[in-house]
Amino acid sequence: MNALLMENNRKNTILLAVLAVVLAVLPWALGGFFENGNSWLRAVDFALLYIMLALGLNIVVGYAGLLDLGYIAFYAVGAYLFAILNSPHLQAVLPAWLSHPPFLVMMILAAVVAGIFGVLLGSPTLKLRGDYLAIVTLGFGEIVRIFMNNLDRPVNITNGPQGINNIDPVQIGGYDFGRPIEFLGLTFEKIHLYYYLILAFCVLIIFVSVRLQNSRIGRAWVAIREDEIAANAMGINTRNVKLLAFAMGASFGGVSGALFASFQGFVSPESFVLMESIMVLCMVVLGGMGNIPGVILGAIIVSITPELLRDIINPLQMAIAGKRVVDPENLRMLIFGLAMIVIMLVRPAGLWPSKRRRAELKPKTKDIALQEKDSLQDAERNHD
Amino acid sequence: MSTLLEVKDLKVAYGGIHAVKGIDLEVKQGELVALIGANGAGKTTTLKTLMGMVKPAGGEIVFDGKSTTKLAAHDYVKQGLVMVPEGRGIFSRLTVEENLLMGAYSRNDKADILHDMERVYHLFPRLKERYKQLAGTLSGGEQQMVAIGRAMLSRPKLLLLDEPSMGLAPIIVQKIFEIIKMIAAEGVTMLLVEQNAKLALQTADRGYVMESGKVTFSDKASALLANEKVQQAYLGE
Repeated sequence: MNALLMENNRKNTILLAVLAVVLAVLPWALGGFFENGNSWLRAVDFALLYIMLALGLNIVVGYAGLLDLGYIAFYAVGAYLFAILNSPHLQAVLPAWLSHPPFLVMMILAAVVAGIFGVLLGSPTLKLRGDYLAIVTLGFGEIVRIFMNNLDRPVNITNGPQGINNIDPVQIGGYDFGRPIEFLGLTFEKIHLYYYLILAFCVLIIFVSVRLQNSRIGRAWVAIREDEIAANAMGINTRNVKLLAFAMGASFGGVSGALFASFQGFVSPESFVLMESIMVLCMVVLGGMGNIPGVILGAIIVSITPELLRDIINPLQMAIAGKRVVDPENLRMLIFGLAMIVIMLVRPAGLWPSKRRRAELKPKTKDIALQEKDSLQDAERNHD
Repeated sequence: MSTLLEVKDLKVAYGGIHAVKGIDLEVKQGELVALIGANGAGKTTTLKTLMGMVKPAGGEIVFDGKSTTKLAAHDYVKQGLVMVPEGRGIFSRLTVEENLLMGAYSRNDKADILHDMERVYHLFPRLKERYKQLAGTLSGGEQQMVAIGRAMLSRPKLLLLDEPSMGLAPIIVQKIFEIIKMIAAEGVTMLLVEQNAKLALQTADRGYVMESGKVTFSDKASALLANEKVQQAYLGE
């Protein structure tokens, strides 16, 4: 038993080490394999941002069972906060101590402010569940987007539909992430630097997610999803614990949004439409609600597949039909949509479901019947 | 013996319907008290009111010297007032172990919690075998064991049991009641609401009989078992 455990541990360590090496050399490998390696790396950077978003939504939807269709609003809050504090747009009115805060302070600020917005969304919806909650959150997401779109008057805060431009890249320890850095004879361009930066935050968020899952709070979330009244009777303050789920989920979104704004150098309300919320929800559901590796897989697949199809679909169409039958852009989304339908039909609990979800969707009725008989016999034996 | 729970003239109404019409009830430290009666007599309503899940229309509930009217639902556990709900109310998608840990949600003493876990596993060896299994995949009797074990982990001063025999095979019911006796022998004070009057009175020290919202008899359990009227109405003799 112990030897097996150690063997398992060693396997895991080796697996992690291999994964770390792969992730470390990935940008250079992409550059080596593909002519347009940088556009692939860009797709990977976005996939990492989506992993953070999906893990944040996973707390709200997967753990606490609160269906949130406006999640992208928190991404927007983080992004706009970063944009406003780190661009020339409001420089004239911002107090000096608030403009261009140090990087870590900025990230904590993004997490906290987004978390406050999470509580703001959470508090009026505490009594709602399921469909009703979904509609309120959908409204919330739209309200935030519409505010971003219209807050250029009477006082110009968000610069309206034009969005905020010229957002400064982050500066860490005197290094400007907007300029290439020479290190160990390698040139790290902006896209490489951001890859490592986003990866670092991604790892941090995965770590926090794992710790949360196996914590007292994590169990309380699942208990609330299961049976709110029973959870209350266990001494769980359901109101606070639900608000905490909203706040934690939102703070992940805020961090991701801030990184997005600095990476992109530009934010506009267009990036935070309802479709984005739906996509993040798709990642969570398709990957496997409540299961961290599943959610990560879902985020990678949903964010990378359209990019993959972009490169594959037209040559494929030409090879099969010999001419352009359908507009490649439409065909790409058509196939993507079809693939999602097929996956959900074949694996309704997601690609990599958690043990809990699997049990819920496929109760082992046969086993239960057997056990019932078992414990009957047991009781009989003990009774005699 | 000091009085742990004192209920005075408790009235509960759902809309215009008076489910509980002014009852007096008392549970002393270390006692096992049964509350029996037919369907709709107001037993479960009484329990729910004791746990703060239903607001009383009148009367007073004093637990451990304090009135419970101002407590929030999630504060009851901390006060030591713990219920094993009717239909068990376990978390089916948590494992057996996680369910038990939910019982200890309000506690911070890690070592003590582990010790109490061992005690529960000792009472229910079946649960130890299945500690990693999702509670929803257990049989009815085992789920009842989880519910009782979970309540034990809250370190109750008073344990309220709502219909522990419901939906279980007679042989399992026997087993559950044996365990209830064992827990009582450890000094846990209990209030047991049960339709199976005979079994409940055989297990309890004292009993109350409820009929359409009122207490009609209250006596030592053995005396109630011998009472002719009780026998006719509830014991099927």
